Amino acid sequence: MAAMTPTAPRADRAEAAPGAARARARRPRPRIWRGAVLALAGAYFLLPLAASFVFTVHVPGQGLTFEAYTELLGAEGFLRSLLLSLGLAAATITLSLLLAVPALVAVRIGSPRLRPVVEVMCMLPLVVPPIALVTGITTVLRWGPEHLSRTPLYQTFLAVQNPDFPVVLVLAYTVLALPFVYRSLDAGLRAVDVPTLVEAARSCGASWPHVVLRVLLPNLRASLAGAAFLTLALVLGEFTIASLLGFQPFAVWIVSISGAQARMSVAVSILSLLITWLLLLVLSRAGTNPSSVSAAPATSRKES
Amino acid sequence: MSAPTPTSPTRGTAGGTTLRRRRRGPRTWLAALPLLAFTGLCFGLPLGAIAFGAVTRTDPGTGATRVTGEHLARSLQGPYLDSLIGSVQLSALTALLGGVLGVLIAQALVTSRSTALRSAALTASGVLANFGGVPLAFAFIATAGISGVVTQLADLTDLGWDLYSFTGLAVVYLYFLTPLMVLVIVPALDGLRPQWREAAQNNGATGRQFWRHVGLPVLAPSLLGGFVLLFGTAFAAHATAAALVGGSVPLVTLKIADALSGNVLTGQENVALALGLDMILIAGLVMAVYLPLQRRSARWLR
Repeated sequence: MAAMTPTAPRADRAEAAPGAARARARRPRPRIWRGAVLALAGAYFLLPLAASFVFTVHVPGQGLTFEAYTELLGAEGFLRSLLLSLGLAAATITLSLLLAVPALVAVRIGSPRLRPVVEVMCMLPLVVPPIALVTGITTVLRWGPEHLSRTPLYQTFLAVQNPDFPVVLVLAYTVLALPFVYRSLDAGLRAVDVPTLVEAARSCGASWPHVVLRVLLPNLRASLAGAAFLTLALVLGEFTIASLLGFQPFAVWIVSISGAQARMSVAVSILSLLITWLLLLVLSRAGTNPSSVSAAPATSRKES
Repeated sequence: MSAPTPTSPTRGTAGGTTLRRRRRGPRTWLAALPLLAFTGLCFGLPLGAIAFGAVTRTDPGTGATRVTGEHLARSLQGPYLDSLIGSVQLSALTALLGGVLGVLIAQALVTSRSTALRSAALTASGVLANFGGVPLAFAFIATAGISGVVTQLADLTDLGWDLYSFTGLAVVYLYFLTPLMVLVIVPALDGLRPQWREAAQNNGATGRQFWRHVGLPVLAPSLLGGFVLLFGTAFAAHATAAALVGGSVPLVTLKIADALSGNVLTGQENVALALGLDMILIAGLVMAVYLPLQRRSARWLR
């Protein structure tokens, strides 16, 4: 691994006589470079977190107070919006995996010609910013009352906009999550030799559902978990679509209290990061823990 | 899930294999159908609505719809054009900076022998890359805003610091763009095999030559892909900018939200759709450069 170290020692090495032995002798230098990069990055990424924490607990002139946190649980709408966001996230993860896994596996095994189509379909949402998507969604949703009010479809339009559980957000979030789900799954499938695994399992007499559920999915566990993380974080933090469509999940709620209670809004911002982090850790455990199986994807990724 | 093939492998004759092969094609194709149908409906329909609304005008009295270029023309004039240019400038600058910083950090992680550090940093990147939006804006307001902790401690205001400006916005954007680049580029850096380096060294190549003739060409598509992803993310970012700068920095996402929120003249909605179309076209152009390159990189980084 250390043989791959990059840019820093390049300049001197070009002047000195080149040689593998000499290059190897300079190993300690990249370590300093690496430490400096990581330390600077750590400082930049930790500073806002630390400073916001100080901001929430230190009131100038009054000293330390934890009111911003203690008042939080009782705050109007806190639990409701959080639960709504978590529900939306669960539905989005389920839907996006149910759509993407079969398609990607199929493309790997039997329909390589479909591959560019699936890839473009999955990556296109990256090109369309959420705010542009929401302009399209509002336009489509307006068709309901305007053109379809006498058809059964109108009920569908009302149902997907149910404020208790806005299905339209799940659909929009699934679209937004597809690129990340695709990337994660595609990387996982690349690491595993799918055709060989499938052929081996098939020639041992496994049925197709058995192949997918007992052979492929365990090998994809890490990338499934990765796709789920990214989707979860995306849904918990999403603001644009929900606010412009008039729903109030977590991120929208934070903004709604920021005017009156600046300190609490910062406190919730920190907490939302921590909540996301915790969920990701729990999920990553779930994705990689079962010891015997988890070794397989990790090693196969390194080897390929 | 792909449907089970009826032929049992125990038959194991040449005839059985060809039969299975013939059936596999159409059936696996079916498994991709739900995904394609979903994207067609939930993604294609809004897209179609954007394109249709951007180039047509419906007369509210008669209900007649006619094709017009006026919305697109208006979206490329005056303040709307300024906002488009502002967005492109900010996105290009932050994508470039975030890309370079992300590659440096990713290389430091890849070469580090500590797997704990690596996995912790990757998890952190996963979280931070999605820590955009409102919470990030509030965290930075508390840190470097007018009454922010660091602003007070270090007298940043006297140094000319202003969070609610182009520069301030760039610093905030880097907070989620850099981890995103780390996430994107780590697999590519992992894919650079040590054997290639050893082969280059055995042939007498210097480190510089290795990077110039092997490393960078193999990485180039991934690097460009990362840049594109960062550009798109920065270009699309709305919540952070909305919470931070309001209207003081012209950005196209803020203009669209203004036009959509409805407290403006009629006809603005179609300008919002036209602006949305402009955004999609710009992002699409960048993507059109990226996809062919991605295919080239797949040859090496399998």
